Amino acid sequence: MPPKKPLPPLSDEFIKGLWRENPVFVQVLGMCPTLAVTNSGINALAMGVATLFVLVGSSFLVSSLRAWIPKQVRISTYIVIIATFVTMADYTLQAVVPAVHKELGAFIALIVVNCVILGRQEAFAAKNTVVRSVVDAAGMGLGFTFALLCLGSLRELLGSGSLFGFSLFHFGPTSAYSFEPWVIMILPPGGFIMLGLLLLSFNAVAQWRTRRAAEVS
Amino acid sequence: MTRELLWIFISSLLVNNFVLANFLGLCPFFGVSGKIDTAVRLGVATTFVMVVTSLCASFLNAFILPYAPYLRLISFILVIASTVQFVELAIKKLSPALFRALGIFLPLITTNCAILGLALFQTNKEYGMVQGIVFAFGAGGGFTLALLLMAGLREEAQLSTIPDVVRGTAMSLLMAGMLSLGFMGFAGLFSGGA
Repeated sequence: MPPKKPLPPLSDEFIKGLWRENPVFVQVLGMCPTLAVTNSGINALAMGVATLFVLVGSSFLVSSLRAWIPKQVRISTYIVIIATFVTMADYTLQAVVPAVHKELGAFIALIVVNCVILGRQEAFAAKNTVVRSVVDAAGMGLGFTFALLCLGSLRELLGSGSLFGFSLFHFGPTSAYSFEPWVIMILPPGGFIMLGLLLLSFNAVAQWRTRRAAEVS
Repeated sequence: MTRELLWIFISSLLVNNFVLANFLGLCPFFGVSGKIDTAVRLGVATTFVMVVTSLCASFLNAFILPYAPYLRLISFILVIASTVQFVELAIKKLSPALFRALGIFLPLITTNCAILGLALFQTNKEYGMVQGIVFAFGAGGGFTLALLLMAGLREEAQLSTIPDVVRGTAMSLLMAGMLSLGFMGFAGLFSGGA
């Protein structure tokens, strides 16, 4: 079957997930894990890496099996494939980093229902070759991890005054520089508010750029 | 016993509201909260799926999963997918108008993390069948309540003057933040008793 239009270069499939089509900031998908586990940098990183693994694994399997998966039951098939990889990630994390696994709790298992993953299978892996799908999944997964890290480190910095567990503002108990943490940032409302503010600033930048472009021309 | 069940209900309805305190089911929360009418109906459909899932999950937990714990995730998601399929067929038959109004969000109940989350939390907390059903009703009610509040706010916001920069997802997120802040006030509700 000849392709209808020339495919974009492989590097482009990788880069688009990082920023231009970032799953969190642009497509606003996978909100539940994004907000639930980003109360510290470490948790965000673990979640991002687990999602990346599941995404790449299931994209590989779905794209290599795409000729044999009947169209009517494709969603259930994808879900079962994803659930298999999530079970693997779940048990691996439990064995390697038990503390982080305990903190993330049910949210590791909930990667199954992360719409970023199912979305990529349906929109990309089901229609493209194995290599392209894996590259696309890696880009999307890294973009997701990047967004989670941004949110996680910002929330940890403001909410507990530390970064990846290292206290930053603490120069001794009586120091004048000591920082009163905004506890609200590591509580649920902080997640909504911080992501809202981030999206707000992206909107503002985009608007400013279009206005400047209009003025120049 | 009754007191414990009441506590489970209130706690999943308000204190540990699935959407605003546990970040579960955010996709429909942001996607379908445009109109109050649709929001309530989706809430009811989700609650129904939750109750059926909870029943099936307690059955699986009692009889099958002790022998094969690694199958937990896969069996739960299959149960949810088939329940959603059933609800979809039922709604299509009973109320075609509602079927069209809910659109893509009806099959997407499968990937609503609130439902899988419910089955997993129920397992972690070792709830029995009755407790599970009460938990499911509370969680579904809480989901509907959050959806309803959000839809009301968004209908109101459409009529007010708001800077263009904030419109869209950013505003929904900030409003959800405020709602969540409000729901945190319920945290002290049961500290004395139970």
